[in-house]
Amino acid sequence: MIAEARHEGTSERCHSLLDTTYNIATPEGVELRLPVAGIGSRSLAWLIDAIIKAVALTLFSILFGFLGKFGDGIMLLCMFLALWFYNVLFEVLNHGATPGKRALGLRVMNINGTPVGWSASILRNLIRFVDTLPGCYAFGCISVMLSKHFQRLGDLAAGTIVVYKNSPVALSRASKTPPEPVKIPLSLDEQQAIVSFGERASGLNSERAEELALILKPMFPAITKDRLSAYASWLVSGDRTP
Amino acid sequence: MKQEVFERRYSSDWEQFEQWISLLSKRRSRADNDPERLQAAGKEFPARYREICHHLALARTRRYSIALQQRLNQLALDGHQQLYRSRTTFLSTLQAFVFREFPATFRRYWRYMLASTLLFYLPAFGMAIAINLQPELVFSFLSPADVSRMEAMYDPQNDVLGRERVSETDWQMFAYYIYNNITIGFQTFAGGLVFGLGSLFYLVFNGLFFGAVATHLTAVGYTSTFWPFVAGHSALELTAICIFGGVGLLIGYAGIAPGRRSRWHAIRYQATNGMPLVYGGVLMLVAAAFVEAFWSSTTWPPVMLKFVVGGALWLLLLLYFLLMGRHES
Repeated sequence: MIAEARHEGTSERCHSLLDTTYNIATPEGVELRLPVAGIGSRSLAWLIDAIIKAVALTLFSILFGFLGKFGDGIMLLCMFLALWFYNVLFEVLNHGATPGKRALGLRVMNINGTPVGWSASILRNLIRFVDTLPGCYAFGCISVMLSKHFQRLGDLAAGTIVVYKNSPVALSRASKTPPEPVKIPLSLDEQQAIVSFGERASGLNSERAEELALILKPMFPAITKDRLSAYASWLVSGDRTP
Repeated sequence: MKQEVFERRYSSDWEQFEQWISLLSKRRSRADNDPERLQAAGKEFPARYREICHHLALARTRRYSIALQQRLNQLALDGHQQLYRSRTTFLSTLQAFVFREFPATFRRYWRYMLASTLLFYLPAFGMAIAINLQPELVFSFLSPADVSRMEAMYDPQNDVLGRERVSETDWQMFAYYIYNNITIGFQTFAGGLVFGLGSLFYLVFNGLFFGAVATHLTAVGYTSTFWPFVAGHSALELTAICIFGGVGLLIGYAGIAPGRRSRWHAIRYQATNGMPLVYGGVLMLVAAAFVEAFWSSTTWPPVMLKFVVGGALWLLLLLYFLLMGRHES
């Protein structure tokens, strides 16, 4: 019993250590788990946005070039909007994602899991100016690397977080293998590990799948990858053929 | 309960919930095409959401497969976002903001506003006195090129400013003023994050700059162009810069003396409190740019009228911040 409890505690701790998930405790008493976006994908999203802005401004400047000084005025207004409000407008009106973020499957949300509003979005994008100091987003990068949930200074001040919209690993339903009953008792964690194998097996090449299955040789002397998938199938659906 | 039985029993509920989510997150006009479904969704949504939270908790304790957990997590998250989003209309928010929240917040943080105002005007007056005593001091702060550029802009002999400008130029100037002013304003505010040092720097620097230019142009006798030009928009523009600086000092001070909060929490807390002032500052700067482009640059009004308008704006602004929204705050 004690060993079981210790085992539980360890696995929970490992879970929180290894994964970059951010947990939101809701009033309903469940934790929502969100995969936090790191510095790489966020930089790429920024790059895409920068390119979009540059292309759009170039097109506008050609277009408004025909309008003389009036066009110059509009152009300045556009540059101002692009500098300060491009991110704000997209984040508030487009479910927390600028085109760049959307391309990488990222979104901004409040730290309590609600959609980002005008106030928070304006604040996090104003403080972007400080993040860029003293050059190349140095403060922002340091802040992202040091803060617990990869937040830059603007995120910290506005109470926002950048997360992956969907989980980065797409899992298919457990395989269609006919179920085969597991004869020995398994703990819940062990069951889950086998079910997870079933879900991922189709995405692995067969040597790797075999190699992973063989880890269980001490428990199941006659294990193969197909048999392990069959166990997974049984754990999910019982004796019925799915 | 085996996972498959669980899924079979509840998957229709989950699918319906997914449909409600997509229905509710559509824009109002498109969702109105289907009022009955919308109403049904609205009525049962909270109960179904709680049920899904329950399913998620069950799926986790029973160690159902990761894919199922992720699906339920996503559903619960979407429901959470839908249920707890803030709902207000834009116009009522704007009205409450202009007539109550902005001036009330200004008074609430009057100490920071006062400090930032002093940090701007004291260097300006100091510079003015210094240049009056020793006129060549202006070159210690501005390069000769800057000085001659400023002189050229306000030279009464030169008719660049004196010319009645066509409206397309006014539009250009309007955009330029907005761009310029708001960038300065935002820098003054955001610089406060570095323990208020950035705000301090921008306030003092802009104060010195303003003092140097104004005193120099007065000293060389361009009073008939410079002062009437700045009189109109000065109230809005200078006060807005002081407000931005004040909010910068507010969050800077939160970083230095966080009190019983953690440092970041204190900064975030004060930044949220100060946000109405930032919005208000932006509105003021847009208004200032409008006045600057379409009134200050005109030459038909007599100089006296320009001073009267400028003075009236200062008085109105003072009354606005002193009196507006007092009974409700």
